[in-house]
Amino acid sequence: MSDITMPNVAAIERSRHGSSIGQPVTRREGHLKVTGQAGYAADYNPPGLLHAVMAVSGISRGRVTHLDVAAAEAHPGVVKVMTPANAPKLAKSPDDKDHGFMFRMNVLQNDSVRFANQPIAVVIAETLEAATEGVALLRPRYAEEPARIGLDGSAAFALQAVGAGAPAKGGIGDIEAGLAEAATRFEATYETPAQYHNPLEPHATVAEWDGDKLVLHTPSQGLTMAQGRIAGLFGIDPANILIKSPFLGGGFGAKGLFSGPQVLGIMAARFVGRPVKLVLRREQMFGPVGHRGETRQTLRLGADSTGGLTALEHNTLTTTSFYDDFFEPAGTTSRHLYASPAIATSHEGVRADIGTPIFMRAPGEAPGSAALECAIDELAVKAGMDPLDFRLRNYAEIEPITGKPFSSKALRQCYAQGAARFGWASRPRAPRQMRDDDGLLVGWGVGTATFPAMIFPSEARAVLRVDGSARVEIGAQDMGQGAWTSLAQIAADGLGVDYDKLDLEIGSSALPTGGIAGGSAGTATAGSAIHHAAADVIKKLAALATSDERSPLFGAGNSGVVPRDGRLVRQDDESRGESYASILARAGLAEIDGKGSAGPNPSMQESYAMHSHGAVFAEVKVDPDFGQIRVTRLVGAFAAGRIINPRMVRSQYYGGMIWGVGFALHEHAAADPRSGRLMNANLAEYHVPVNADVPLIEAILVEEHDPHVNVLGLKGVGEIGITGTVGAIANAVWHATGVRARAFPITLDTLLERPGDI
Amino acid sequence: MRPFAYDRPTTIADAVASGAQPETAFLGGGTNLLDLMKGNISRPARLVDVTRLPGLSTIEWLQDGGVRIGALVRNSDLAHDPRFANRFPSVAEALLSGASAQLRNAATAAGNVLQRTRCQYFYDAASVCNKRDPGTGCGAIGGLTRLHAVLGWSEHCIATHPSDFCVPLVALDAVVEIEGRAGRRDVPLEALHRLPGNTPERETVLEPGDVITAIRLPAEAAAYAGNARYLKVRERTSYAFAVVSAGAALRLDQGTIVSARLALGGVALKPWRARAAEDLLAGALPGATVFRDAAALALAEARPCGDNGFKIELARRIIVRALTLAAAGTPDRVPALPASPFALAPTQEVSAHV
Repeated sequence: MSDITMPNVAAIERSRHGSSIGQPVTRREGHLKVTGQAGYAADYNPPGLLHAVMAVSGISRGRVTHLDVAAAEAHPGVVKVMTPANAPKLAKSPDDKDHGFMFRMNVLQNDSVRFANQPIAVVIAETLEAATEGVALLRPRYAEEPARIGLDGSAAFALQAVGAGAPAKGGIGDIEAGLAEAATRFEATYETPAQYHNPLEPHATVAEWDGDKLVLHTPSQGLTMAQGRIAGLFGIDPANILIKSPFLGGGFGAKGLFSGPQVLGIMAARFVGRPVKLVLRREQMFGPVGHRGETRQTLRLGADSTGGLTALEHNTLTTTSFYDDFFEPAGTTSRHLYASPAIATSHEGVRADIGTPIFMRAPGEAPGSAALECAIDELAVKAGMDPLDFRLRNYAEIEPITGKPFSSKALRQCYAQGAARFGWASRPRAPRQMRDDDGLLVGWGVGTATFPAMIFPSEARAVLRVDGSARVEIGAQDMGQGAWTSLAQIAADGLGVDYDKLDLEIGSSALPTGGIAGGSAGTATAGSAIHHAAADVIKKLAALATSDERSPLFGAGNSGVVPRDGRLVRQDDESRGESYASILARAGLAEIDGKGSAGPNPSMQESYAMHSHGAVFAEVKVDPDFGQIRVTRLVGAFAAGRIINPRMVRSQYYGGMIWGVGFALHEHAAADPRSGRLMNANLAEYHVPVNADVPLIEAILVEEHDPHVNVLGLKGVGEIGITGTVGAIANAVWHATGVRARAFPITLDTLLERPGDI
Repeated sequence: MRPFAYDRPTTIADAVASGAQPETAFLGGGTNLLDLMKGNISRPARLVDVTRLPGLSTIEWLQDGGVRIGALVRNSDLAHDPRFANRFPSVAEALLSGASAQLRNAATAAGNVLQRTRCQYFYDAASVCNKRDPGTGCGAIGGLTRLHAVLGWSEHCIATHPSDFCVPLVALDAVVEIEGRAGRRDVPLEALHRLPGNTPERETVLEPGDVITAIRLPAEAAAYAGNARYLKVRERTSYAFAVVSAGAALRLDQGTIVSARLALGGVALKPWRARAAEDLLAGALPGATVFRDAAALALAEARPCGDNGFKIELARRIIVRALTLAAAGTPDRVPALPASPFALAPTQEVSAHV
């Protein structure tokens, strides 16, 4: 979008020569962000703006029988109250699903309550304060029914598909036979709690209608999908919808699928005929915009006398809502990670009176690898092996269930480099062997990290201008991970121009579809389309030059020239070339553009298993009297193909590993089993790690060449950091204390169960 | 938010008069009250901003060696005052273990003392709460009670008082200076907060219009400076309320405990002074056995109100450690992680409860 001007990067970064890819350039938008100039959705204040605040349900199940709309509307500043009685009817029921990737919403189409914190009305006022007070004055009354909460709140049922459509069951071989022949057997059940994404920026909309045209400022990880969803619900042409989303204050999956509250913001603007801003309060992030469902995972494993797995069974029970289907695919990790002649994974669902879960950073892999990495560790100990040796003993040279080769897999190097950096070799095998100078228990643990390498369909447009500058347009989204920067690096190299001369446009639905910033596939998705668009431009430019006898490139043929620093040069003699400016000027062109697209490559997917891998090593200290745990050291070594920007990638790994600390020790949505209400729906009580929880963290970028995964050879880095880390920490807690905690988060009272003698 | 009147008195008399009106709340640093108002938990019709009152922002040293902490002294300013930290190190350590740097910069001394409970049912407007809406019942009982009270609770309320600051203060006999409609009076901090009983909505002995003007520590409290610690166990390393905390202070003479001071945080609706344990320690030689006996005595009346039985055993262990650390001597500097088990060097052979 031309309304965002990126400042120049530091001079030192401009002095670089050659490739932009691989350079640790700082964030292009960093200066805008630290000076408060990066406009997030809720920063936009068009003339005539009204403020909307949602009223949300205090019960988990039942019906709203009364709202004191008169009291709210009598409050000074309140313009109107939108309720199921007067809300605009949508063109399509929000409960209709065209496909499995569409989720039901609660947008005031009836008076039913399906979960706590469900929107039940929207108050629209001249000020935020007036709207907030209007909500308080509604004093809802309910016909309440008993809430069904948790993994035991209703009957479990079989599933066909989990996550984004993966089969609920998958395996190979005969588990019972594998277990029967095992020298060592192990079985345990692990539980992970409901977790809520909580990006720092809550969901927000500023909606402006002009007839049937909508301009919407809102954070989105998938602009084209959002456009399609809105178009369906409101019965308008997607082309009439402009969504602006240049910056997101985090998404983590919560902003991947368009959510009910965002729809309510649009409805409110239509309802009052004025621009309306709706920003979720923090506590409203706990319910209507998705979460990670609870899991109970039971693993049965067997190993032969040499430590080789003979059986790996991974069964998952997970919660979803009573009105829609999303199932945390926790067992899928066990299909890819370790070699075993017998693997069986299955999932069952259980319904609860909660908002529908959704993709949350490393969906499936995060809780799944937490359980798997603990179970593998427990089996290794039982088999009398070092946990790292045990993992190496069961290294999967091919993808276990499919038998496909990996497109690349440098996991062995990850183990080696991580272990060396961490000092793993000096680890005593038995628990409770290490103390620090203060007498605190010290433990070391390891976990394997894994995440699939994906790509989504996308398109891009690239332009070279006669003045030597360039422009690339794609409706990609920067959630904070650094897309503004890394996509510009890819574009600069593709076009053969200096990074500084490249103008990138992302974050608007008016641009070519940029796919999804999700599944750790954002860079592969948008980057590949950009790469092809750039190649298209270069091809057209080459055609101009090589067919023009006035050009030094005349006769070289399209495939015989390559872009270099604003010039096309002969591949066989780089001293012979011509600048883009000269080629365009002679052709009388101000600019030349090209298009490119990218997406999954079925033949590659058929031929190769494609995953990022890593190894995470954790040190924890535990107070022996209090059970308070602190992670004191984390070393992660990750291989994810080509690294576009090591600074951004390292930052992604750090973020994932810190998330892993929170998963292991802190995050937990605490539902009162009587009401189903979440009692810690705020950031004071819903704990995530603070700086003091993460004293020392290192991420090693392990070299990996992947000629198959996509045109750029890159895999995703956004989610893998969580995987491995959770298990490494839990295993380190065991190593420190001798206590196996099998429910997350691991809290101090779990460790205090050992009887004391005070 | 409910619209409210806003007064900014410039004399204490005006503040008392203004504050005595119905549905009125005093505004100090606002770190607790404004959150409660945004959450529709507190709905005052009038805010009396006391932050412009003159003379309440100083730390005043009294001739007898005591100190008078002005009600508006910011938590950070007090903790980082070298003379104060030197004389009352466990109070400084407690302050620095609370909240975050940003909150400590804003929060006032009196505001800390008067902060409301963090009971999740109190904060959840959709739950019943006798404290918030008298007579509606206690939403916490039978619910999520892991962090609730183990001492002094009633069937009407099982909440705890969350302050760190108050724990060593109450151990050291702090006195609260109050200006009210009937003039000035002193109340021992230990007597300021009320246990819930039948009236959990009455949180303190303050009357309408009462303004806390200062918190005083007596000269005798400084006699504990060489052996005073605060220890706080929490669910993450920083920026979390105490699961249980303890302030311990000893006066030693030639290796013998002359007198002891001990209080617990996170266990009751008020900072919990453990006087029987103090009496047991007086005259004893410091050591694991007597510390354990003291801990047992301090928790003798404790009983779980739900899933929080572990807090009783945890409190005993924290007392033993806090006393052990106090006996070993106050460190020259407040540790980088104040009051944290990860900042301390246990000086006895460490036991093996975990």
